[in-house]
Amino acid sequence: MAIKRRSFLKLTGLTLLGSTLSTIIGNLLTRGEVKAKGYTQSPEALVGKRWVMVIDVKKCKEGRSTCGAKCIEACHTLHNVPLISDIKKEIKWIWEDTFEHAFPEQTEKYLEELFHGTPFLLLCNHCDNPPCVRVCPTKATFKNEEGIVMMDFHRCIGCRFCMAACPFGARSFNWFDPRPYIKKVNPEYPTRMKGVVEKCLFCYERLAQGKLPVCVEACPEKALIFGDLADENSEVNKILRERVALRRKAELGTKPSVFYLMS
Amino acid sequence: MYNTGKVMFFIIVLIIFFTIPVWLNWGRLEAVPQPELPKEEKKCIESKEYMRAYHMKLLDDWRKKAIRENQRIYEASDNEKYTISLQRTCMKCHNNKEKFCDRCHNFVITHPDCWGCHIAPEVAQKWQ
Ligand code: HEC
Ligand code: HEC
Ligand code: HEC
Repeated sequence: MAIKRRSFLKLTGLTLLGSTLSTIIGNLLTRGEVKAKGYTQSPEALVGKRWVMVIDVKKCKEGRSTCGAKCIEACHTLHNVPLISDIKKEIKWIWEDTFEHAFPEQTEKYLEELFHGTPFLLLCNHCDNPPCVRVCPTKATFKNEEGIVMMDFHRCIGCRFCMAACPFGARSFNWFDPRPYIKKVNPEYPTRMKGVVEKCLFCYERLAQGKLPVCVEACPEKALIFGDLADENSEVNKILRERVALRRKAELGTKPSVFYLMS
Repeated sequence: MYNTGKVMFFIIVLIIFFTIPVWLNWGRLEAVPQPELPKEEKKCIESKEYMRAYHMKLLDDWRKKAIRENQRIYEASDNEKYTISLQRTCMKCHNNKEKFCDRCHNFVITHPDCWGCHIAPEVAQKWQ
């Protein structure tokens, strides 16, 4: 017995109606199960519109011989960043490099001589116009309303487009399980796993608790200054108005949020 | 239909064969998982029934709010406030993943990948 066109259409219509109704009823029944009264920010949270970091290169150089790069150690211990010696597979959130590598566009011979041997702390620049965010296919990396270029590790599929897009090499990829390379674990913070990209997040989880980024806190020379650029009266604004500061690869137009005081 | 009697007979035999586990365990409930509940604490973030049915949804909301919307405090239906954190909130009370989360999850054969990154309390203890 062949089914008639007319009855086939009726059946299809009924099926559609049925599934719509069951969804509606299901939603009505479970509506009471959304329990949360709400979500808020902690009252002591530091809030800003555009967080930036200012690095005093002179102070950093002066203290470097005695401080043992406390900023790097503090950051990497707090965030369970593994120590991998193969530089092609290493993971870094904050690290040091030379003037030529940090500012390859500054070809002035005398500048190079002047800054020869000066360490430059490098980290994610939290660009105001971040190319990594534009290429991320899953919105795993995005800019939050405080100007921080965030990573949502839960959404990262490891495509590494962001690494190709970042002009600063600020992102690292987990080629293998990082856990065996973490000597001392911080049980309060997660690790990452094989197949995700990671980078500095300006300690957004500490800002939420009213604390400054851990590298800023760890620096004995107070060479790192953190603040809100959108706030006219902030310390960073005052410093940047008075002193000469450079940003890495400013000509690319990504508008980095990390400033280097050169004078 | 040809051989109706034989066909029906084998259909019934097949149905019985595939439902053997149901008949063998009829009325018995001992396989129900027994997650070890915290001893010092009286209540969870929400009611026990809610947690049992919706903890995965709650956790999903939590991570979205904390990471994507910068809202780190959860206000429960009884007005109690909790810091949003899997490791620093849930696992401070439920301080053994194997004896709590895993007991249920093994039963329903679900293996969330959370623990590839999040550190279970017992794992953290062994690490140091
Ligand atoms: C303040 C301590 C505390 C925190 C924090 C907490 N729980 Fe609980 N949880 C409990 C207690 C106590 C019970 C048992 C409640 C009861 O018996 O009524 C429970 C019960 C549960 C149950 C039901 C177990 C069962 O046998 O049905 C689940 C699931 C659960 N919790 C998951 C979570 C998750 C997920 C989190 C984090 C979002 C969390 N809990 C945070 C104390 C806590
Ligand atoms: C009372 C038993 C029970 C306990 C205790 C329990 N779960 Fe679950 N969990 C379940 C069930 C049932 C599911 C749903 C499985 C499914 O949908 O296939 C589930 C699913 C999940 C999921 C979603 C998995 C997926 O693949 O989508 C997550 C995440 C999760 N649980 C986290 C936790 C965490 C973390 C704990 C411990 C703090 C915990 N659960 C404790 C019973 C439990
Ligand atoms: C790729 C690694 C990774 C995986 C897999 C992962 N997480 Fe996370 N998760 C993180 C990181 C990193 C954070 C950031 C922690 C912070 O900022 O305090 C985080 C944060 C969270 C938070 C909010 C803040 C906090 O401190 O806990 C929740 C809730 C959460 N994850 C739940 C889950 C659940 C549930 C799963 C499993 C379904 C999961 N995560 C799987 C890495 C991961």
